[in-house]
Amino acid sequence: MSMNNVGRPTAPNIGTNDTGPMTSTGNRALMLEEVLIFEKGGVDRSGVDLESVPEFTSRLGGLERTEEIGLFGLSEAETVRHYTRLSRQNYGIDLGFFPLGSCTMKHNPRLNEKMARLPGFADIHPLQPQSTVQGALELIDQLAGWLMKLTNMPAVAMSPKAGAHGELCGILAIRAALEARGDAREVVLVPESAHGTNPATAAFAGYKVENIPANASGRVDVDALKARLGPDVAAVMITNPNTCGLFEPDMKVISDAVHTAGAFVYCDGANFNAIVGRVRPGDLGVDAMHINLHKTFSTPHGGGGPGSGPVVLSAALAPFAPFPMVRKVGGEYHLVEEENADAEAANSFGRMVAFHGQMGMFTRALSYIMSHGADGLRQVAEDAVLNANYILRSMEDVLDAPFAASGPCMHEAIFSDKGFADGMTTLDVAKGLIDEGYHPMTMYFPLVVHGAMLVEPTETESKRDIDQFIAAFRYVVQRAKDGDASLSTAPHHAPRRRLDETAAARNPQLVWAKE
Amino acid sequence: MRYLPLNHDDRRAMLNEIGVNSIDDLFIDVPKEAQLSGAIEGLNDHISEMAVERHFHGLANKNMVAGQGPFFLGAGAYRHHVPASVDHIIQRGEFLTAYTPYQPEIAQGTLQMLFEFQTQVARLFGTDVANASMYDGSTACWEAISMAGRITKRKNVILSGGLHPHYVSVASTMARFTKDILDIGMPDENGDADMARLLSSVNKETSAVVVQYPDIVGNVQDLRALSASCAENGALLIVVVTEPVALGAVTSPGEMGADIVVGEGQSIGVGLQFGGPYVGLFGCKSKYVRQMPGRLCGETVDAEGKRGFVLTLSTREQHIRRDKATSNICTNSGLCALAFSIHMTLLGEKGLRHLAMLNHQKAVSLADKLHALDGVEVLTKQFFNEFAVKLNKPSRAVLHELAEQGILGGVSMERLYPGKDALENIMLVAVTETSTDEDMTRFVSVLKELVA
Repeated sequence: MSMNNVGRPTAPNIGTNDTGPMTSTGNRALMLEEVLIFEKGGVDRSGVDLESVPEFTSRLGGLERTEEIGLFGLSEAETVRHYTRLSRQNYGIDLGFFPLGSCTMKHNPRLNEKMARLPGFADIHPLQPQSTVQGALELIDQLAGWLMKLTNMPAVAMSPKAGAHGELCGILAIRAALEARGDAREVVLVPESAHGTNPATAAFAGYKVENIPANASGRVDVDALKARLGPDVAAVMITNPNTCGLFEPDMKVISDAVHTAGAFVYCDGANFNAIVGRVRPGDLGVDAMHINLHKTFSTPHGGGGPGSGPVVLSAALAPFAPFPMVRKVGGEYHLVEEENADAEAANSFGRMVAFHGQMGMFTRALSYIMSHGADGLRQVAEDAVLNANYILRSMEDVLDAPFAASGPCMHEAIFSDKGFADGMTTLDVAKGLIDEGYHPMTMYFPLVVHGAMLVEPTETESKRDIDQFIAAFRYVVQRAKDGDASLSTAPHHAPRRRLDETAAARNPQLVWAKE
Repeated sequence: MRYLPLNHDDRRAMLNEIGVNSIDDLFIDVPKEAQLSGAIEGLNDHISEMAVERHFHGLANKNMVAGQGPFFLGAGAYRHHVPASVDHIIQRGEFLTAYTPYQPEIAQGTLQMLFEFQTQVARLFGTDVANASMYDGSTACWEAISMAGRITKRKNVILSGGLHPHYVSVASTMARFTKDILDIGMPDENGDADMARLLSSVNKETSAVVVQYPDIVGNVQDLRALSASCAENGALLIVVVTEPVALGAVTSPGEMGADIVVGEGQSIGVGLQFGGPYVGLFGCKSKYVRQMPGRLCGETVDAEGKRGFVLTLSTREQHIRRDKATSNICTNSGLCALAFSIHMTLLGEKGLRHLAMLNHQKAVSLADKLHALDGVEVLTKQFFNEFAVKLNKPSRAVLHELAEQGILGGVSMERLYPGKDALENIMLVAVTETSTDEDMTRFVSVLKELVA
């Protein structure tokens, strides 16, 4: 039994591909293990210098903190080193290909970062007098203008903080519109080919959720959907392009049927990057659709966000949009909020967040949009679709592609685990790709495909990079088909081997505690 | 189109490989009538990097920057100094451009950071556990109310009059659809009437009592009697913190018996950013962990026995649990959580306590100077770095005059409580370590003229 530098016992390297002897520290050249702040800092250490506090009488009403908080500090030098070492345990899009289907990991231009950090945007307060933030309000208005024109929708709610939050916004607008006409519908229909967040959203808005099956070609079963429509159905939530990576060709037919039944169409717009500049959702009869600014118009995902999910709305839903809204009156921009709701905003369903939405994402999105322009955005959709179809056709001789016969895919290609040797799984392929230097594709999603592998190259990958990925992917898939046992213990070369997720869930350790 | 690597030859070769003639053949599933052939009316074509910069500078220059002059706005968003290393580190590509850590073997950097963040938040709040970030404070507050409903199976929620009105607004919006019943108070400057109302309202039907600490008018209050009353009635006490720097100076909500503590983390590391992105903080007692919203990072071991971290208890989450999920969170505020965590590490306990006392001392100093003016009355008696000031005329007009003279003087209560005439002369003034003596002197002298 050896010890790693945390002082915890580690098992010998069983089944690894290590060629050299163990190191005494557990480190390897250029890759240093890093302990927790709480294992090396101290409550009396700090990396900031602050001016001294003059003598004064406090006014805290006897609530002064007496107990130690237990926050550990480090010097600035140690802090920079701590986080730099941690960063090296991470894979990011700047390092290489990141083919996560439905997540859309594309290049993040640094111009966007520079623009978002201009003090005129980064260092302004949400409640400053509006005369002092005219440029910020104008920027929101300009971005809103692009979103409405690209979707051919008459209104947009800018404040939702992320895609799922945007879904909630759209469903609440639908609910408010139905309530306004005295129509207490209770059910939201969600096709199997929709995003997994959709049912959660509908339930959060107080609706009962019913599934609509997918047909053999991976699309909404239109007949089943039509048969279920009725006076109790409030909305249908469709993802288009859907999570099988396919366009729903009957979208207009579906929208017409839904509208005839007195319900609304919510479109999950997470995959808008596949059609931007080529198809406008408003032309397909959509009533509400969120746009993940961070996906289609690139905000770095930051290991989990922040995102931003503005929602475009049809004329029927526009009056119910949430506060605040930006409006231009007599050359001045202003925010319509609870305090000054005009007749146009009298039916707003309310407020979703404390302030005005993700300004930092608005700046990045507009910077990206203007850099591409209408011509470039169209090229974005075309290249995203081209790259995905290129992967689909380059893999289908070695890997089952369940919908390959259904026509071209959009911006992502889906494969199944059919043909793998007994005991080999999609997870093994994913972990094998890690050893080859790639972030794995999305796995086990969508649920309609067994052992699903959803691959999304996006438009910012070169042909050369895609060719290299295809070669690696084919190699790993072949190992899964051959039943290569070493694949089931991959990754062998990552900062960590397979992590025990079951143990983590059985006995959750969510905060550090001294042993 | 500098971001697109494919050239004409690449595209041609790839189309050939796929076996189609043109890109249009890949869009055949889109109905003809929905296909756009030409340009979209009113949208411009692409421009150079330099031209984008010019456009953005033009817009940015129309805004009055907080650092440009004396600045005293708070009300849920605070201006603090952020050390240079924070932004430098979060811009490292491996943090900036990483995805949600669904492949833990190659995301240990993000995961360890989230585990450290959870520990920092739990310690700051005095709770057993904390999650790995929410969108912001206002949505975290709603998630806490929703969680209390799941735990207590009750619908009646009592909101303190000291809760930020925009947080109340968010909760009211959601309650309208979930059929929760909200009992909403109005702010009062010393909080006594509010506390009396809360204590007398809580009963066996109450799901949760929500209080802000320090509250919207800056008041800090002992919550122990309230937490005891909640416990007695089987209700949960939810404490909202919009200025976490305060917790470097005052007793934590957890120590006073809070069941759930939520907060806005913007003050530490994130910056003003016109309202977003911010980062929601969320801590609670460990017995409620499986009802918690959002992402959680947990410690485990890998196949070689080495310590590692993974996202855990994801069976509560919407991408798995679908319509039974515990929250609306999918994308969270990971990068803002990182900024928070780095800043907190730089501060450490020593730095945070020092920073808190500096904020408090400066606020006390300005409050005393303002109180000495004729026509100005400081209403809040116990406060941290923010307090309510009553003027002899409507505060909104005064704040407008101050802005004309380059001073961003505070937040008008009229903007926060539309239609409440009794509040129109009141403004909220926040003071942080960024306010210099010169800033305060100038603010006081200009205000003196405006209320004369």
